[in-house]
Amino acid sequence: MKAAVGIALPLLAAAALLLPWAPLAALWQEDGGLAATVLTELRLPRVLLALLYGATLGVTGAALQALFANPLASPDITGGSSGAALGAVVGGYWLGLTEPLGLAACGAAGALLALALLLLAAGRRADTPTLLLAGLAISLAAGAATSLLLALAPSPFAFYDSFDWLMGSLTDRSLPQVAAAAVPALLALGLLLARTAALDSLALGEDVAASLGFAPGRLRVEVVAASAVAVGACVSVCGAVGFVGLIAPVLARRLTGGHPGRALLPAAAIGAALLLGADLLTRLAPLGRSIPLGVITAVAGTPLFLWIVVRMRWRLTA
Amino acid sequence: MTPLLDANGLSVSGRLQSTDLQAAGGSLTALIGPNGSGKTSLLRALAGIERTGGSVRISGEELASASPGRRRQLLAFLPAGRELVWPIAARDVIALGLERPDPDRVAAIIAALELEALADRPADQLSTGERARVLTGRALAQQPAALLLDEPLSNLDPYWSLRMLAMFRAATAAGAAAVIALHDLSLLSLFDRAILMAEGGIVADARPDAVLADASFEQVFRVRAAGRGWELSPPARPRSSR
Repeated sequence: MKAAVGIALPLLAAAALLLPWAPLAALWQEDGGLAATVLTELRLPRVLLALLYGATLGVTGAALQALFANPLASPDITGGSSGAALGAVVGGYWLGLTEPLGLAACGAAGALLALALLLLAAGRRADTPTLLLAGLAISLAAGAATSLLLALAPSPFAFYDSFDWLMGSLTDRSLPQVAAAAVPALLALGLLLARTAALDSLALGEDVAASLGFAPGRLRVEVVAASAVAVGACVSVCGAVGFVGLIAPVLARRLTGGHPGRALLPAAAIGAALLLGADLLTRLAPLGRSIPLGVITAVAGTPLFLWIVVRMRWRLTA
Repeated sequence: MTPLLDANGLSVSGRLQSTDLQAAGGSLTALIGPNGSGKTSLLRALAGIERTGGSVRISGEELASASPGRRRQLLAFLPAGRELVWPIAARDVIALGLERPDPDRVAAIIAALELEALADRPADQLSTGERARVLTGRALAQQPAALLLDEPLSNLDPYWSLRMLAMFRAATAAGAAAVIALHDLSLLSLFDRAILMAEGGIVADARPDAVLADASFEQVFRVRAAGRGWELSPPARPRSSR
């Protein structure tokens, strides 16, 4: 499977960059300038965003699962993504921010608020029902608040023109927008990846981690804050995309013998591959229509989610 | 000479009064006391997990300022809980005690714990007693200066209680200091030293027979020593047919 990911990731990236072939063929024709523009200004940001957002979902999902000692924790299930969307809506439609970096900060603040609420509500090593219920409550509340703020927004078109973004989309983003998501997200992901050993030690419980010198309290703050920054920055540019942050770590742990910390890096690669694949699928829509990215990941992710739930039930009743 | 494990003024608010504890290398010490007497709080404070005051030095090193890599060599802590969330193979759980992969040492511990048949099964699917052996194996794999174990024998059958004690004895013979919370008082005579705790403080600290005979023992536990213990049967001989 390691090899499969290693092969799939560059293939998918190449496909996302090049398909359909038309502009590439045009590169060598007279109006090559247009084709080059298509490649560098439309396709490239899209591929970079898919790689970045997919890796972000994979790493933050794996880190949150390790932290909560629960394979169902992920940016979307915990309400972090919904909180980020709410933050970005507040920034974009109510504070009138247009700077991508300002919106990313609002997204991060929203995600941080949601994750902090979850920690308060569900506790540190959350059992599955508590985690799911607390996350559901936060997601629902943030979703409702987002809709309300859009409905009452100063701009009467807020609902309509935010639809594409809210459902998750990588299309028509500029390179400055990519940079606004990438700089905070990559810094946060770097911090999370540096916590691999600490997150692995959490597998033996918080006390063992503490006895080895990994302060669990500080680790909790670091993981929640870094996840909020990374997810918030990506959501502010691409909207909320579900399930990748749940599925990628589950697949990654199959590569690491169940170790939750070591799964962070493979989860980045798997998350990036999944999101690239999902974005390729959105292009299958008939001409003039677009399928939101979040819908594709939800359609593909729901059966896998159910599979995880059924497997957990088997384990509990076995 | 300073003892290998040297703790001074350890306290945890509401659970552990200011406590000094020294343990020499080579010593096997039992922490006994009724439920809630402070055994776990003392072990957690010794392991640097939670304390409101005091200091711990192991092998002359201040524990609070030791790096994670160094702490792994200074101490191994085994919590009383036997849960494991992730489906990690028993072999890999034991390897979590090691800084760098060392398949030979892991294999030696698996053999000593007679876990060969279970080594590749996810440890969360083992029985509680088997999981207890795996988790204790992780602590032993570290080969630390101080073993701080919270009721490592509580899920084990008599054979494994004695076998595990023999492994702790082997570790102390190699120079480690072991402080072990113990509930099964019939095993107390196998330790070098017994520390009796009550209400978050040490009330007696002496050789096991002396502590058992101490007036404070009956006062604290509200029971009296009686009956006899067990010993390992000699190695099985091939069964002869009659």
